[in-house]
Amino acid sequence: MSEMILELNHISKEFPGVKALNDVRIRIRRGEVHGLCGENGAGKSTFIKILSGVYPYGSYEGDIVFNGEVQKFRNTVDAERAGIVCIHQELALVNELSVLENIFLGNETTRLGVIQWDELYGKAKQLLDQLDLKIDPNEKVKNLGVGQQQLVEIAKALSKNAKVLILDEPTSALTEHEVGILLGRIRMLQKNGVTCIYISHKLNEIYEICDSVSVLRDGTYIGTKPIGELDRESLIYMMVGRKLETLFPREPHSRKQLALEVRNMTVYDATNPRRKRVDAVSFQAYQGEILGISGLMGSGRTELVSAIFGAYPGRKEGEIRIDGKAVKIKSPVDAVRKRLALVSEDRKIFGLVLDMSIADNITLSSLNKVSRLTLQQDKEMVYAQKYVAELKVKTSGIETPVKNLSGGNQQKVVIGKWLMTEPKILILDEPTRGIDVGAKFEIYNIMNELVAKGVTVIMISSDLEEILGVSDRILIMSEGRIAAELDYRDATQEKIMHYATGGH
Amino acid sequence: MKQEALTAAPAPDRQWKIGFDIRSFAMIAGLILIWIIFTVMTDGTFLSARNFSNLTIQMAVVSILGTGMVLVIVTGNIDLSVGSLVGLAGGVAAALMVWQDWGTLPTILVVLALGLFLGLVQGFATVYLNIPAFIVTLGGMMAFRGILLGITKGVSIAPMNNSYKMLGSQYLNETAGLVLAALAVLAVVFSAIRRRLSRKKNGLPLEPIGITAGRPAVIVGLIVAFVLVMYSYKGFPVPVVIMLGLMVIFSFIAAKTKFGRYVYAVGGNVQAAHYSGVNVKKVVLLVFMLNGLIAAIAGIVLSARLNAGAPSSGNMMELDAIAAAVIGGTSLSGGKGKVYGAILGALIMASLDNGMSMLNMEAFWQYIVKGAILVLAVWFDVGMKNKRGA
Repeated sequence: MSEMILELNHISKEFPGVKALNDVRIRIRRGEVHGLCGENGAGKSTFIKILSGVYPYGSYEGDIVFNGEVQKFRNTVDAERAGIVCIHQELALVNELSVLENIFLGNETTRLGVIQWDELYGKAKQLLDQLDLKIDPNEKVKNLGVGQQQLVEIAKALSKNAKVLILDEPTSALTEHEVGILLGRIRMLQKNGVTCIYISHKLNEIYEICDSVSVLRDGTYIGTKPIGELDRESLIYMMVGRKLETLFPREPHSRKQLALEVRNMTVYDATNPRRKRVDAVSFQAYQGEILGISGLMGSGRTELVSAIFGAYPGRKEGEIRIDGKAVKIKSPVDAVRKRLALVSEDRKIFGLVLDMSIADNITLSSLNKVSRLTLQQDKEMVYAQKYVAELKVKTSGIETPVKNLSGGNQQKVVIGKWLMTEPKILILDEPTRGIDVGAKFEIYNIMNELVAKGVTVIMISSDLEEILGVSDRILIMSEGRIAAELDYRDATQEKIMHYATGGH
Repeated sequence: MKQEALTAAPAPDRQWKIGFDIRSFAMIAGLILIWIIFTVMTDGTFLSARNFSNLTIQMAVVSILGTGMVLVIVTGNIDLSVGSLVGLAGGVAAALMVWQDWGTLPTILVVLALGLFLGLVQGFATVYLNIPAFIVTLGGMMAFRGILLGITKGVSIAPMNNSYKMLGSQYLNETAGLVLAALAVLAVVFSAIRRRLSRKKNGLPLEPIGITAGRPAVIVGLIVAFVLVMYSYKGFPVPVVIMLGLMVIFSFIAAKTKFGRYVYAVGGNVQAAHYSGVNVKKVVLLVFMLNGLIAAIAGIVLSARLNAGAPSSGNMMELDAIAAAVIGGTSLSGGKGKVYGAILGALIMASLDNGMSMLNMEAFWQYIVKGAILVLAVWFDVGMKNKRGA
């Protein structure tokens, strides 16, 4: 057997208008944990999708050589049969089914069409033992913690005889403690001869678990290095291609008067009304500054801002004051009237009507401005063109459906929609997730311009560098509470992580 | 046919559409094909002015229901109660006029209010009690039919007032009809000119003058042809005028008002609409109310034509209305659909019914063929979507 289990030669993949991958060449050593780094939009997901058969052979250029043979996967089933299994960032478990049923879903041992549950139970037990996971295989998945669910996914992968396991951001929803457990289990797998490809934004994890690391940037392969020969700064330099300072356009801001004050905000879970997602949070946001809110996924950041905006379906308590006056915001209709704007976390779900045109999306929140008795469509067009030009949305025309735009341009349309409402307070929840470096930079510039114009900007981000590079003041949330407030000059990634993971 | 249509689809970046997308084009082509087949098989009787006039009267009630149903379906909901509501509206109108000696106008007003109210009740249950619209309106379908049976005691109530009957069977007098047609022509020409001027004023790219002029020319041609055909028989039937009036009003609401835009936004992505500050509940509630109103209008037209309030009238019409909307390109997953599409859908179905009856084909064939057309139309949609998505 050769030393390399997997060789990817000259892989290129094009989407209409975008070259997602350009001549990528990565070799994975047998039995190693191989880190894959790169910014959002660097091409990691595309790469994984090609490797795991989501994009079939023929839809990309280049070869996948696995155990010395060129593979022609038609779908993920082919890839899994060969032994390449991918665990995606969003877990693919059926909550209402048991651990056992989930592990063997689509892969059940049957005799005469009857599932052999007893036999499977034994196998499941074995797999769970192998991962040192002490749960009853008959437990429903919805009753497990996220960390355990992640391990069930791994058990599912192992049940398919995975020789190469791809883990895509496996820790994005885990606590520090759970991360520790997961990394331990990955090491156990490694001893048992499983090769892992580990994708993460969290460099600490990369340094802790990986033997070597490959970097992609803007769809091109930058290089592979043994982890021991690569310090953090050089790794970041490989990822971003420039020094960190230049990535974020910091402009001097000067804090003016208090714009938004939240007092004792408590938000209850929408489906489980006894669970508090946000617990008695108070904070202030000032005109003329960018307030950053950091914290892990699930720490209550999104719930907090969507509750302030009146959009969260669960119950909320507490007081919101805008410009010193207490206001009641029961729904986004009220929020828009109070000139609040929320660029929400997932633009495709909460931000855009994908089938509608750019113009219709931009004007959606401000139709009052362009209608008397009827819509004045000419006026709509003028507004839409104004924001498309201001925000440099790249498109052939404002009548193009937004579904045809790239992520960065879609995000600009969402921002344009809110700018048209002339907001006093703009909240951006993960505004740069999944968009390319250039568009990110433009979005930061837009935020700075708005601050200069007197808009109060609040930005939520999981990206620590972004939070540090953009905000003037940083709130760190942990388990529904604000764990700390830091000035950007005092903050470091380590400090933020410390508080975010429950440190005091 | 599918393959041809697909290759003829405009490239995604082609800038100027003739105004009809490939979907509408296929639908009109299908309609013309059906007409040609029946015309040949009936030695031309099918396309006679008399038959065409009858055809439009036959399609009127379902078309009226279709205009409201499109909006309901575009919001991602469904209304199964309209058939029963049609019956109930007719039954109540008959009971008021025949048993209580009410005049025509108060009867109509009460029936319209009833439709609006029942739409409100169902909309409320859907929007504020979070009961799926399918269930709420299935309940409505049963309950309204039950109320109708209770009111009529299971028998037809007749005859209606003479002035009421006109709404279903009268023809518009010549002057009024021609004035309406002239107004329609003027409106088409005026709006085309206005649109071009406004685009020019606001610095938007202009389409070739041929298209700007050609589109209204085609529509005006259709109007003129329609007028000529109708007047070579007895003129415009009142139900057809009501149907066309509602089509124009609802197309206008859908395309040119804030409410209309919200309807499509809610159907396209309810979360995004909510987060954009659209009052989603109000929009859906209003759509249900409008649909109740539409069903009452359809009920009035039907009972006027039948000259009776019958316990079984409107039976299964909700499904015809849904089929008309869907054949007309409305997507059951919401966000997409055009009012004129439902009218075309209803026309296709009525043509099939009418043509097959003329050929003395047994009734069961009509069901089979209509069912097949419905499934084919949606298959066409799905096929096109997959092709575009790839």
